[in-house]
Amino acid sequence: MSDSVTLIIDEQSVTVPAGTTLLKAAQQLGEEIPTICFHDHCTANALCRSCVVEVEGARTLVASCVAQATEGMKVHTRSEKVERSRRTILEMLDSAVDLSEAPEILNMIEDYGADRERFPGAERREIPLLDDNPMYIRDYSKCVLCWRCVQVCAEDAQYTYAINFDGRGFETQIGTFFDKPMPETTCVFCGQCVGVCPTGALKPKREFMLEQGVAPRDLGMMSSGRKRRKRTLSQP
Amino acid sequence: MIKPDRIVSTTCPYCGVGCNLQLHVKDDHIFKVTSPFEAVVNQGNLCVKGRFGYDYIYHPKRVTTPLVRKTPQKPGARTQAFDRDEWREVSWDEALDTIADRLVEIYTRDGSDAMSVYCCAKATNEDNYLLQKMFRALFRTNNVDHCTRLCHAGSVVALQQALGSSAMSNTASEVIHNDVMIVTGSNTSENHPIIALQMKEAVRKYGAKMIVIDPRRIELVDFAELWLPLKPGTNVPVLSAMAHVIVKEGLVNHEFLRERTEGYADFVESLEKFTPEYAEQISGVPAEDIRAAARLYANAKNGAIYWGMGISQLSHGTASALALIHLAFLTGNIGREGTGLNPLRGQNNVQGASDMGAMPFHYPGYMLVSNEDNAQKWEAAWNIEPGGLSRKLGLTTTEILSNAHPGGVRALYIMGENPMMSEPNLNDTRKHMEQLEFLVAQDLFINESGAFADVFLPATPFAEKEGTFTNTDRRVQRVRQAHAPRGNSRPDWEIICDLAQRIEARLGRPTSRWDYTSPEEVFAEMASVVPDFAGVTYARIDKVGLQYPVWDKNHPGTPDLFAETFPRGRGKFTPLDYVPAVEPVDDEYPFILTTGRLLEHWHGGTMTRHSDLDALYPEARVEIHPADAEIHGISDGMPVRVSSRRGEIVVRATVTEKTTVGVVFLPWHFHEAAANLLTIDALDPQAKIPEFKACAVQVFPAREVDLPNPEAVLERGRY
Repeated sequence: MSDSVTLIIDEQSVTVPAGTTLLKAAQQLGEEIPTICFHDHCTANALCRSCVVEVEGARTLVASCVAQATEGMKVHTRSEKVERSRRTILEMLDSAVDLSEAPEILNMIEDYGADRERFPGAERREIPLLDDNPMYIRDYSKCVLCWRCVQVCAEDAQYTYAINFDGRGFETQIGTFFDKPMPETTCVFCGQCVGVCPTGALKPKREFMLEQGVAPRDLGMMSSGRKRRKRTLSQP
Repeated sequence: MIKPDRIVSTTCPYCGVGCNLQLHVKDDHIFKVTSPFEAVVNQGNLCVKGRFGYDYIYHPKRVTTPLVRKTPQKPGARTQAFDRDEWREVSWDEALDTIADRLVEIYTRDGSDAMSVYCCAKATNEDNYLLQKMFRALFRTNNVDHCTRLCHAGSVVALQQALGSSAMSNTASEVIHNDVMIVTGSNTSENHPIIALQMKEAVRKYGAKMIVIDPRRIELVDFAELWLPLKPGTNVPVLSAMAHVIVKEGLVNHEFLRERTEGYADFVESLEKFTPEYAEQISGVPAEDIRAAARLYANAKNGAIYWGMGISQLSHGTASALALIHLAFLTGNIGREGTGLNPLRGQNNVQGASDMGAMPFHYPGYMLVSNEDNAQKWEAAWNIEPGGLSRKLGLTTTEILSNAHPGGVRALYIMGENPMMSEPNLNDTRKHMEQLEFLVAQDLFINESGAFADVFLPATPFAEKEGTFTNTDRRVQRVRQAHAPRGNSRPDWEIICDLAQRIEARLGRPTSRWDYTSPEEVFAEMASVVPDFAGVTYARIDKVGLQYPVWDKNHPGTPDLFAETFPRGRGKFTPLDYVPAVEPVDDEYPFILTTGRLLEHWHGGTMTRHSDLDALYPEARVEIHPADAEIHGISDGMPVRVSSRRGEIVVRATVTEKTTVGVVFLPWHFHEAAANLLTIDALDPQAKIPEFKACAVQVFPAREVDLPNPEAVLERGRY
């Protein structure tokens, strides 16, 4: 196996080191393939399928964040098939998930002319907001299941393994073991998960409180207030 | 969604890793902290303190106006005033004039030896440079120190003695290039969380092997090839036995010994007695494990050593650090990428404060104060008459307080430190504090030490000032202001310059210069005298910090030290003896107490106990091994009384195999159950660092009502 491969992306020839993904090869040509779950800091998992491209001779569209370039490959990143696929993914996401705090995805919806009314009666993922710790809130109605948070909690950064996928199909959600509140899990509250969340599903508690209209002055009282509550709760 | 008014790049104010932060500010209020993923230090990762622990800035108890005590304080009868009603709010002019009058009065009456200052490892390089300059230039004293004395003094002295340097030899993020790493006396996951991530990555993704030498079964043991659970205070026999094995089994790097070291013959002779079996007897570590560890480290292509306070905070802290240095010398594991001797510095800027001369024996740049050339250099820089600066070595942190009596130290200026939490044997510290004639505290909150003060000066936290911090791997990084100081508070450097001018005027001395318009000018003055920093400018470290030494404006910085030679020339071996911890256990006090820190808190707690971090970990817990707990009738969560010959506290017990049989562990962040009431003030003879890591205690069940804070609920599942 040689050290570099040459391929054709959108009629342009590019030579990249062996093992380079199609996403990175296209970037080398200055072409940005849209992504949702992909993050440079995390292991790519080809979950969201928004980075799919058409490879001549391939049976299906391939996810460019994981597919590696091979010699002589002919790739189309903006074919009609690719665009239709991306548009449909965005329309489905939009029908079920609250994307109001995912500016990158909202931009993609606009760019691809996705029809926000395509699936009118679709069931939405409406999950009660989880506020179980002093550091961050979890609003899984906004979660697109990109898996970044799970990965940074595991081998991509923290090696803490506090969260994982829970449930199946439409019911799939990020959760803790036995649904325990965050403080009772192995969580160390590093917030790596908050740092990579693309949709505002994970958010620092203070930012959340400010959004809820709490005055900055009153935020300073948060911890003392909670402690008082704790006292009354724990009294026999 | 909140749109930030601005995003300010700065450096984390907690530990020595020096993570790069981005403060998201809206309406002069930080609402979120992120980190750039391209940051060379931390690659976008943060810990709970860095990401969420900034809210103390906005805590209602933060003092933002100068205060003077209503009741005049008398030496011998000084009291603590935590209540704001005991203080009078005053103008900056009144506060600073009061301080200038009193300090000059004491100096004129009692001379230089009566003056003393604690600089601050949390403050910037510029703040520290100015404060030591103020005391050296105006009061002609070297009674200048800071908490480095309490954390890595043993390591600093050992490294100075053996190599002629006193910083980490390599870069923290090089961990992934280690084949074998020894982590000892460092609970890295809690105290340098981001370096711990890199260690875990090195093990899981790059095949590195980790040897943990620690009395506690810390989280890193999950990732280790070998865990050597030694009894606290037995570092020298265990590490020397490793050296013994390396020598006896012919695993030494002869070329390195020949070319780079001296004193090997005497050293080898001293190793004879340190057989692994002898070390097992003393430390409890199986001899076979000592052998395995020695072989693993000695056979590594790149072996590195990382250590923390478990090495230095002992009455033989210097010897412990020397024993580690010997391992690197024997195997030649220093001077290359992926190797090295790496003391993980505790505070965000403890390296910097030491570099800036906040120490009793050194001017900035580790220039010995007793050296005539050095003194003349600084006399020229500070416009001082020849012979003006004191050539006498000053007192260390612990010595400053123990000399607080008539005829000794009379005035103490504390910037940001909290000796009433961080000194050993606090009941004794309290008596010393009471003896001071005049005490100034410059801080954010009235903490246990500031409560003793005559005048309180409200300073600003990291997010309200400009400057630089130097992290554990010698990287000088920018600190930037996110918003204006709250209330009437002022940045430390401004306070010092204003006060120094008032003192200088009263003393009638020609000016040593205090009219800086920015910290950048302060840094430039320092860098013009200290060669290590000659090439560091604010412009060069605008985006990425530089690792000193940086010899000139084109020098790229120095990630790895000692490639060719050591600053003192050859690396020096020192024959060692085993000296036990000062206070042995006995029937009355059968447990060894070892103290340490928690992920969620920081040192004396001035910052983190005024943060939501306190809600995550609201109480001190004593960790005790299940076998010991059973014998003493202690169950998990039960209140227990922990007492030593010096004091006692009541805390809940955590029954856990995280500690070893015969050893109990306490964190020292909690003022209501201060672990340092129990610790012993025995000092290392060379480094003067106290023996925080080993003293004898007893543990008995107590009653719920004896707890200082029975309502606190600790609900944590983390290791």
